[in-house]
Amino acid sequence: MDVLLTIFVDPFLDMFSDPVFFMEVVVTGLLTGVMYSLVALGFVLIFKASGVFNFAQGAMVLFAALTLVGLMERGVPVWVALIITAGVMTILAVLIERLVLRPLVNQPDIILFMATIGITFFLEGFGETVWGSDIHPLDVGIPAESFDFAGMLLNEFDVYAAIIGAVMVATLAIFFQKTAIGRALRAVADDHQAALSVGIPLKTIWIVVWSVAGFVGLVAGIMWGSKSGVQFSLSLIALKALPVLILGGFTSIPGAIVGGLIIGVGEKIAEIYWGPLVGGAIENWFAFMLALVFLLFRPQGLFGEKIIERV
Amino acid sequence: MLYREAGQFKSNYASDQAIFPIAQDRWFMAVALLVAFVVIPTVFDEYMLQAVMIPFLIFALATIGLNLLLGYCGQLSLGTGGFMAVGGYSAYKFAIAFPEMNMIVVFALSGLCAAFVGIMFGVPSLRIKGFYLAVATLAAQFFLQWLFNKVAWFYNYNSSGTITAPPREMFGYMITGPEATAEVRYILTLSIVVVMALVAKNLVRGHIGRSWMAIRDMDIAAEIIGIRPMQTKLSAFAISSFYCGVAGALMVFTWLGSVETEAFSINESFQVLFMVIIGGLGSILGSFLGAAFITSVPILLTNLPQAFGLEMAIDLQKHFEVMIFGSLIIFFLIVEPLGFARLWQITKEKLRLWPFPY
Amino acid sequence: MTDTATAETTTLDTRRIGDTLLKIDDISLSFGGVKAITGVSLEIREHEICAIIGPNGAGKTSMLNVVNGFYHPQQGTITFKGEVRSQMKPHLAAAGGIARTFQNVALFRGMSTLDNIMTGRNLRMKSNFLMQALHIGPARKEELEHRHFVEGIIDFLEIEAIRKIPVGRLPYGLQKRVELGRALAAEPDLLLLDEPMAGMNVEEKEDMCRFILDVNDEFGTTIALIEHDMGVVMDISDHVVVLDHGEKIADGTPDVVRADQNVIDAYLGVAHD
Repeated sequence: MDVLLTIFVDPFLDMFSDPVFFMEVVVTGLLTGVMYSLVALGFVLIFKASGVFNFAQGAMVLFAALTLVGLMERGVPVWVALIITAGVMTILAVLIERLVLRPLVNQPDIILFMATIGITFFLEGFGETVWGSDIHPLDVGIPAESFDFAGMLLNEFDVYAAIIGAVMVATLAIFFQKTAIGRALRAVADDHQAALSVGIPLKTIWIVVWSVAGFVGLVAGIMWGSKSGVQFSLSLIALKALPVLILGGFTSIPGAIVGGLIIGVGEKIAEIYWGPLVGGAIENWFAFMLALVFLLFRPQGLFGEKIIERV
Repeated sequence: MLYREAGQFKSNYASDQAIFPIAQDRWFMAVALLVAFVVIPTVFDEYMLQAVMIPFLIFALATIGLNLLLGYCGQLSLGTGGFMAVGGYSAYKFAIAFPEMNMIVVFALSGLCAAFVGIMFGVPSLRIKGFYLAVATLAAQFFLQWLFNKVAWFYNYNSSGTITAPPREMFGYMITGPEATAEVRYILTLSIVVVMALVAKNLVRGHIGRSWMAIRDMDIAAEIIGIRPMQTKLSAFAISSFYCGVAGALMVFTWLGSVETEAFSINESFQVLFMVIIGGLGSILGSFLGAAFITSVPILLTNLPQAFGLEMAIDLQKHFEVMIFGSLIIFFLIVEPLGFARLWQITKEKLRLWPFPY
Repeated sequence: MTDTATAETTTLDTRRIGDTLLKIDDISLSFGGVKAITGVSLEIREHEICAIIGPNGAGKTSMLNVVNGFYHPQQGTITFKGEVRSQMKPHLAAAGGIARTFQNVALFRGMSTLDNIMTGRNLRMKSNFLMQALHIGPARKEELEHRHFVEGIIDFLEIEAIRKIPVGRLPYGLQKRVELGRALAAEPDLLLLDEPMAGMNVEEKEDMCRFILDVNDEFGTTIALIEHDMGVVMDISDHVVVLDHGEKIADGTPDVVRADQNVIDAYLGVAHD
């Protein structure tokens, strides 16, 4: 009986007894959620446009951040470093298209997925060989003062992250819906052969998509890196993006945001209020278990599309 | 000339369906088993057995497990480490709780525990296709690793959080614990792995294996001819988890002796995945080849530069290792998705015709 | 068959064709807004060869998918062997004796011809897991028995030479034959063939026709086939159903259907001089 109370009643009592703290937890969770969404966006982009589930998104985040930090540490000014890194990510996209995507163009999805796992490992190893595996602090000039808001202790940085996240989502949504390239991307995601047959240049599209995903990864890398330093564990964050996608739907940009927010908040609340009961570190797996539960009831996610099979 | 099958006619279906229908293959297998059971333990020293052969066997077993699920049934799992952990920790608990229990029974029970956990995670996620199972198995991986770390009951409340295999003996030999020699542990592991590999081979050539492959190749058609997708996938998952569980138990008892949850991290899951891909999806032999390859690369990387008079820092080695694995995965997926096993097959086919080109 | 004593043909026919095996009642099927089938009813009697014809997109394959239980109709019932269901489940269809080939050759590419056909025997393989694992006793016996049966089918379809070849490597015509073999391995009471002769040359078509007729003759298997080749349809079928835009526009013997004005307008066209 006691145990049941401790699990099902006490945490809620805690929440109500200190509502300001609870709000702080929620807001922190939301802001972490935005960061997850940034990473998930990259996934959605690539999946929407090429049907490939890019496990390497996290490694791309890490690689972009490592390159940026590496350049800055060698004295390159911020803006130049940003431009160079963006260029590097584009070159990376070209290489990936040429060396991995093109040879595997008609293979089943699972093969492509495993290839992206290969890319992940390669990028991680390569990045660390070139730039070293220490933790690199990153400062691109985003203000990071703490401030008080309605009794809650928040940080300017997180607010900036939220704004940047919102801007990215809006830009990408418009890009996909309103531009010609966006339309072409959606055509490619639907059916490679059909897209080819109406003259859509598959190669170019893929390079565009992977570059854009690379930029998104760079932004995500900057945000995460500024917050906790650029290090190997960044790529593990990408794993967290997978539950975000399950919640939001693999093909939905708004879904990536909503999913990220839910995961961010859920994780934080679980960790703060239930964590102490079991020794902490619930954050390691909460997101995944939540995704598992979602799989039971709504596998296509909140905003995803149901696929009709044809025989 | 050596490898011709000419003259080897099968007069009944049984001999046609044997695991090694060609006589030369049977000889080869017999010799290989002889070498494995007799030559290696006598010739190899303690280090080679402990650091190379035993881990190779254990990972080969885990690779067979993952291969059954991924290579034969087409379902991707990233939770191999987690299921090995279930095997390791449940074997520990059984061995401690029932000191008189035969170790083989302990291993079998630990496998069953892993299979049970596999089913629990499989049921919600096998109803849908694609990468969802990958995410569900990631959930299993992280959750299980956390569970064995945080819940002190699993490691008998000892302060260091590690579990240590209690000394046990079989047929008069110490098989676990500090007294057990590397030779004895090697023979035990070898025997278990050989038997389980044989069982796996039998499963894949029977109707269970065929239904797995049918689901892998075209699950809609499979369902229409009466194969039940859910049950088939679940059986693959359960059996695969069983194998991984036993591998985990062996890891604790016959290889490392003492283990903490880090040994069953997501890195192990990826390692085994690499072994499956490089060795060959859908091949039992490939599982051995892949495991052999991946377990030997770190050793090569440690020793090779020294042979050339160069020194490579440890962490640089690790980075190189990771890069090499990543590139190899991509290379094999592009060039030969059926991995080393297929290359081996092609070699055999060429041997059949040798010295003729075709 | 047509110009010998009519009395003999009639007796042959009536002896062959039995009662209703499959009855489709007022089935409607739609996907989102797309109506694939609207209010179609038809009856297939035991031992007959029934052809389902019509222009592309008429709903023929969808109809077969409904019978298999792969698509679930929004309305209507399916009665098979007397059991009425509002929707079929795939494994119930298979267990009940319905087998199928597909328009796009749904073979298991990773397996050999022999293994593919052996999967057709799956429902009859009952040996449990442990026996399988050790490959002894009942499991071994069962495997050999089924192998024997499948070899019979391989002989029948004349594909001995390719039994160990992975089906992905076979030419299209042979793949279709292997697929027929897999369907036959299940010893079905009702065989659904979706364009079994698509993409074949004259010789291959003749072979396939021969196989279909032999199956119907020797084993009494009821056959429903979707086919575009009118020569084949008119030649071998006892009963023809015509679908157009998801609706049934004709149903009867080949001669009746051939002369039906609706069918001519929608599908057959008129011969020009």
